[in-house]
Amino acid sequence: MTPIALRSSPTRTRRRKATSAVMLTLTGLATAVAIVPLIWIIGYVVQTGLPALNADFFTQLPTPAGVSGGGIANALVGSLITVGIGIIIAAPIAVLTAFYAASHANSPLGLAVRFGTDVISGVPSIVMGIFAYALIVLPQRHFSALAGGVVLAFIMLPIIVRTTEEMIRLVPGTLREGSLALGAPEWKTSWRVILPAALNGVLTGLMLGIARAAGEAAPMLFTAFGNPFMNTDINQPIATLPHTIFVYAIAPYADWHAKAWATALVLIVLVLVLNVSARVLVAWRARKLGLSR
Amino acid sequence: MENSLAIKTTVLAQPQVNEAVRVAENAIKMSAQNLSIYYRAFRAVADVTLSIQSNAITAIIGPSGCGKSTLLRTFNRMNDLVPGSHIEGEVMLDGQPLFDSNIDVVDVRRRVGMVFQRPNPFPKSIYDNVAYGPRLYSVTRKSDLNHLVEKSLRAASLWEDVKDKLNQSGMALSGGQQQRLCIARALAVEPEVLLMDEPCSALDPVATLKIEELMQDLKSTYTIVIVTHNMQQAARVSDYTAMMMMRPDRAGEMIEFDVTQKIFTLPKDQRTEDYVTGRFG
Ligand SMILES: Nc1ncnc2c1ncn2[C@@H]1O[C@H](COP(=O)(O)OP(=O)(O)O)[C@@H](O)[C@H]1O
Ligand SMILES: [Mg+2]
Repeated sequence: MTPIALRSSPTRTRRRKATSAVMLTLTGLATAVAIVPLIWIIGYVVQTGLPALNADFFTQLPTPAGVSGGGIANALVGSLITVGIGIIIAAPIAVLTAFYAASHANSPLGLAVRFGTDVISGVPSIVMGIFAYALIVLPQRHFSALAGGVVLAFIMLPIIVRTTEEMIRLVPGTLREGSLALGAPEWKTSWRVILPAALNGVLTGLMLGIARAAGEAAPMLFTAFGNPFMNTDINQPIATLPHTIFVYAIAPYADWHAKAWATALVLIVLVLVLNVSARVLVAWRARKLGLSR
Repeated sequence: MENSLAIKTTVLAQPQVNEAVRVAENAIKMSAQNLSIYYRAFRAVADVTLSIQSNAITAIIGPSGCGKSTLLRTFNRMNDLVPGSHIEGEVMLDGQPLFDSNIDVVDVRRRVGMVFQRPNPFPKSIYDNVAYGPRLYSVTRKSDLNHLVEKSLRAASLWEDVKDKLNQSGMALSGGQQQRLCIARALAVEPEVLLMDEPCSALDPVATLKIEELMQDLKSTYTIVIVTHNMQQAARVSDYTAMMMMRPDRAGEMIEFDVTQKIFTLPKDQRTEDYVTGRFG
């Protein structure tokens, strides 16, 4: 073996600088390619959706085709209700599952949970919709907000489980030991020490789940079904934002197309607000607990 | 509060009991008899017999990997948590077998507290960190909790530093303060024995000195066992020293146990002498 020269020659330095410049350009380009469509989409939605937006749009019910005005109050309430049902069902199950999977990572059931969540998150949401249709809608003989909420729970579940599990894993084992050494049982340790320490991650997981569920249209087609009227009864069909976009967008009327874009804008902004407020909450908590340093 | 402080001061004010007298008293708090500790088939600690004197500081020293932590964690049954770990032989606390089937592990951990190598405060307020243990044991009255929190923080000589910011996060304290918070947290359940596994290895010299002084204060009330690989620390703080070594089969054994001064001045075993004088390895 020849000894490695430690001192770099001018040529070597020049070559290194050139490589560095090329790589920097490439990564910059890749970032641009990823970001430009995103900005484009958002810009387009804002541009086309904004004209149809006004205060009435949030407070009024839809009007028949050809009648101007009207709004999506029913879909706003409907999305709130279905996503709410989804999160109420999914959150406790997902968090408990995540705790189990994180602390029994290599047990058969732990592995099954990980495999299962991977499989579920790969199932197209429309298939989930058919499943809920067979499970709830057919026996009940009518579409319902409840059925919509259940599908959304299934869609959120794997996202929340995986994010929460990762976050629980990141909690230092020394915290767990500290609690157990005081004589705390395992469940109290999970509840009182590990969950608070991982709460930021859990909140992020919930937020990701909600954001995903709030945008699902396909499974709503045969569960929540849609409803042109205001409904708050979970046993009745209900409108949701993404489903409303779908209905408006495929209709042959120009003013409905405008409403579809406006609804899309509302949906994007809602998800964005949710995202940002969750992040603010997380940052505030981290600072309060001295977690970020 | 006032009452208990008064008691503590009188205890502290007592003349230091002289070494020989204490040995003669033979107040053995904990002991191990022919104790072997396994991780599945691997024997990590082999055949240790040792007595921990009441109200004294016993140091466990030895090269890394020789089973010091394993031995220490057996004294409050923390090693039960490692899947596949089991013991042979006997460990006694106040003459009672620690691994007896009718012994409640929760009770063991309450009586034998532990402080870890890295400070591990919970992501909670200073107050809630200290109140965590008492709350586990159903202390819920605010006044009782306040009392216990102040008493424990004072005992860990942290009260003056934090009394105005009890609601701040325990994780915002300095490393040394965090470790004293962890000591306060352990003291809050009023243990009898305090196990410390290299409690200063993550701290700077000043913080280390504070913990060492604290240990001297605490030994009038508690029995302390400390694992350290810092020879000077063992020599400075401890009354008794157990010297451990790894055998060729990688099992750790205790090669010498004596009054600390003897270990550092007149060791019986050549390997101990080599180790404490830094000629080891
Ligand atoms: N959880 C564990 N599982 C299996 N082996 C372990 C475990 N903890 C420690 N050991 C082994 O036991 C021996 C003693 O370790 P330890 O008690 O940590 O030594 P020390 O504290 O003296 O450095 C080492 O060989 C180590 O690899
Ligand atoms: Mg160790």
